[in-house]
Amino acid sequence: MKLAYWMYAGPAHIGTLRIASSFKNVHAIMHAPLGDDYFNVMRSMLERERDFTPVTASVVDRKVLARGSQEKVIDNITRKDQEENPDLIVLTPTCTSSILQEDLQNFVDRAQLESKGDVLLADVNHYRVNELQAGDRTLSQIVEFYINKARKKGELPQGKTEKPSVNIIGISTLGFHNNHDCTELKRLMADLGIEVNAVIPDKASVHDLKNLSRAWFNLVPYRELGPMTAEYLAKEFEMPYVDITPMGVVETARCIRKIQEVLNAQGANVDYEDYIENQTLHVSQAAWFSRSIDCQNLTGKKAVVFGDSTHAAAMTKILAREMGIHVVLAGTYCKYDKDWFREQVGEYCDEILVSEDHGEIGDAIARIEPAAIFGTQMERHVGKRLDIPCGVIAAPIHIQDFPVGYKPFLGYEGTNQMADLVYNSFTLGMEDHLLEIFGGHDTKEVITKGISAGSDLNWTKEAQTELNKVPGFVRGKVKRNTEKFAREREFSEISLEVMYAAKEAVGA
Amino acid sequence: MTVAETPSALNFECETGNYHTFCPISCVAWLYQKIEDSFFLVIGTKTCGYFLQNAMGVMIFAEPRYAMAELEEGDISAKLNDYEELKRLCQQIKRDRNPSVIVWIGTCTTEIIKMDLEGLAPRLEAEIGIPIVTARANGLDYAFTQGEDTVLAAMAHKCPKEAPKEEAEKTERNAISKLMNFGRKKEDITAGDAEYVDHPPLVLFGSLPDPVVTNLTLELKKQGVKVSGWLPSKRFTELPVIEEGYYVSGVNPFLSRTATTLMRRRKTKLIGAPFPIGPDGTRAWIEKICSVFGIEPQGLEEREAKIWENLEDYIKLIRGKSVFFMGDNLLEVSLARFLIRCGMTCPEIGIPYMDKRYQKAELDLLEKTCSDMGVPLPTIVEKPDNYNQLQRIKDIQPDLVITGMAHANPLEARGINTKWSVEFTFAQIHGFTNARDILELATRPLRRNNNLKDLGWDKLVKEEAKV
Ligand code: SF4
Ligand code: SF4
Repeated sequence: MKLAYWMYAGPAHIGTLRIASSFKNVHAIMHAPLGDDYFNVMRSMLERERDFTPVTASVVDRKVLARGSQEKVIDNITRKDQEENPDLIVLTPTCTSSILQEDLQNFVDRAQLESKGDVLLADVNHYRVNELQAGDRTLSQIVEFYINKARKKGELPQGKTEKPSVNIIGISTLGFHNNHDCTELKRLMADLGIEVNAVIPDKASVHDLKNLSRAWFNLVPYRELGPMTAEYLAKEFEMPYVDITPMGVVETARCIRKIQEVLNAQGANVDYEDYIENQTLHVSQAAWFSRSIDCQNLTGKKAVVFGDSTHAAAMTKILAREMGIHVVLAGTYCKYDKDWFREQVGEYCDEILVSEDHGEIGDAIARIEPAAIFGTQMERHVGKRLDIPCGVIAAPIHIQDFPVGYKPFLGYEGTNQMADLVYNSFTLGMEDHLLEIFGGHDTKEVITKGISAGSDLNWTKEAQTELNKVPGFVRGKVKRNTEKFAREREFSEISLEVMYAAKEAVGA
Repeated sequence: MTVAETPSALNFECETGNYHTFCPISCVAWLYQKIEDSFFLVIGTKTCGYFLQNAMGVMIFAEPRYAMAELEEGDISAKLNDYEELKRLCQQIKRDRNPSVIVWIGTCTTEIIKMDLEGLAPRLEAEIGIPIVTARANGLDYAFTQGEDTVLAAMAHKCPKEAPKEEAEKTERNAISKLMNFGRKKEDITAGDAEYVDHPPLVLFGSLPDPVVTNLTLELKKQGVKVSGWLPSKRFTELPVIEEGYYVSGVNPFLSRTATTLMRRRKTKLIGAPFPIGPDGTRAWIEKICSVFGIEPQGLEEREAKIWENLEDYIKLIRGKSVFFMGDNLLEVSLARFLIRCGMTCPEIGIPYMDKRYQKAELDLLEKTCSDMGVPLPTIVEKPDNYNQLQRIKDIQPDLVITGMAHANPLEARGINTKWSVEFTFAQIHGFTNARDILELATRPLRRNNNLKDLGWDKLVKEEAKV
């Protein structure tokens, strides 16, 4: 048993359901207790989805517990098959119902006999993997299924599309800024003269999966969803894939150069250097931002980065390479991907943290006292408590990650968005000047070790009034500095005198 | 559906379908806030934890007073010792938070692996010195708000069996105030008691926000009825005394197990009344309690009439319109009854679970309301099938659908006004004065869409909606 307060990644069935419900005309049946169908709520509420989420729970209740589901799951599958004519029904347990160890494959086989559409059991170990791993696996399972099916029927198309083309793999419902990223990637491909052969799984039809092999290459923008499918396609059809996340000016260029290499190896003759240069210097504002006087003030500021491997690694590189910010700690909760992550960020930060324990990262932030955090909603909360601004760069998703306006993280428009995010996350210009006046520059010692230690110091009324006069955006910093000063000198109360003494001491 | 002819008695159906509602462990979201010195430990899987975190928006703020005991493979395969594992976690909770009570929330998983929480608790509470309440709020047996029912039923066992022997101790402590009241008799000192009629002690059960507790307590006080305590209380240490023969009454329609526990195990007498939701329900509730204590209620009729008068601006928006309950939080019957009294019609009340005995007075009032208002009786559909309901909604085209969160946006996209049922779970809806809040919620979609109606944006899906 483990005491847990917060999860960065959801349980496996969430990953499976994200894939199934991303496809067009695919229905998922969950073998699960009544209360497990909140995926529908998340999709409807967070994505503001207009359509009914194609997920139905085949309810596990007391009766099922006593006697097994018997015909119930099969009935539910065949019923959905008739009601909505889906192309495919995916059956998944949840980690709870998987303990029952019912023979779901057998249910699927029997339901298949009576269904017009296809029926599949999600091949995932629900107790061992998380949402991200399960999603990756389910996507590749569905792709494999339809490619094998087409092969059996002799329907696999031969050859490639006439013009260079791409499959974009890994765009899904409830993905972090996925929708906008997808639009941006499509624009980028259009700029590069590359046709989009398919986007999967988002709004794709399973019947089109057999045509995946017609693309010249696969683009896998996220580490968390798509690599297994790309690997499979590489093995099966010798399709090359590009898995460089085009996030930030430098990485976007690297991604495009890799695409160029892949295309030219197949006989195309493309040269994207002019495009890259034009975008970098004149279209994207991000490179100019790095050079601008605003960004100069960011030099050497301390930041902590935490998120899924894709976004945390990309953000670390942007901050360190493109903005001269000092990334003290870069971390990820994708434990299964730690080797890749270490290799990616190793040279751009002082420390690496791979952990699923939000307390650990919270304590690290309290210890480091960065000027800004780039993390998940959890770190945003930590930041609120410590008065440190936080830009949200990664899932777990939140309603705020589904802005109505256009906010991609990838491609050249993504670079602009990143520049804004960074700019807004640090205190700059005039505020920076004020910080200096109040002795708010980066401080080396630790105030308290953990984030949960509340203030044990009393402020006298006068001191409190004085503190309230300090402008809001630096008040937290002044308060912390004063308290640290008081703690070091073992004052139990902060009077006006202590406050001024602190200001002088820190300023000195 | 045939709602045209007026059936003479309520029509109950049980679809045992696939419907959407929240898991009962969600009660943690409001109970940990209500009981200020508590700690809730949900013993389950990642699925349970992720639900609390996401669907309920229960997140950890500064000092969380709830946590997951996440079961790992070793727990499931029984390689680990449940007692030792729980002890380790509870000791940590004691060290970090020192609550007055730890509430164990069992889940589907503890049911499936047959973890004997009730058996383990007494030993562990003796060992660590903190009371432990065990509730099986799992999704195999219960829906949404019934989670509160399981917790309160379990907590009922922890209510003191008899009032502490006042005299000796109290006089000691009150020495000073006694000095100051020198010469006066005891009766005068316990101020206010004079306003009450002499009646057997009454304990109310159901978790309500504090202002509502005060409000209902005062409404009864106006009639001379004294509320001896509430289950739950603000603090676990202040749980009400429940002696054999006390009267009890519930304020929420989903508390049938708590009612049964109080009657059978604590030998109390249940006052079965309609629930104090809406001015009609509140009046009926007070009247019923008064009648049990032989009190003639004063000024209730005028009070109710006054409230109705004040509601008129809202009521005129919904009079003659229809409302459809898909079923979610078990408040459906009470809300439908109130909205019908407001002049609405209601073709269908979906509800996850219907205890006809515990809800009898409410159901009777519903029937009476329908006949008073001259509208057809609703069909009550237990464990509805959402897919079938959507077909019925498509046919009937109700003016308002009260539904769980999963269906609200898709229905809105098809031009159907909706209101989330959960909002009624969390809003303050009990008592006379809060009736306005119910209507504020219920009329909001109508008011909003009135504002937008000239834009012609009511169907926001392309293909002919599959509603
Ligand atoms: S239905 Fe069961 S498994 Fe699902 S969240 Fe509720 S208690 Fe946990
Ligand atoms: S501010 Fe947002 S992230 Fe924080 S608790 Fe509220 S809803 Fe959740």
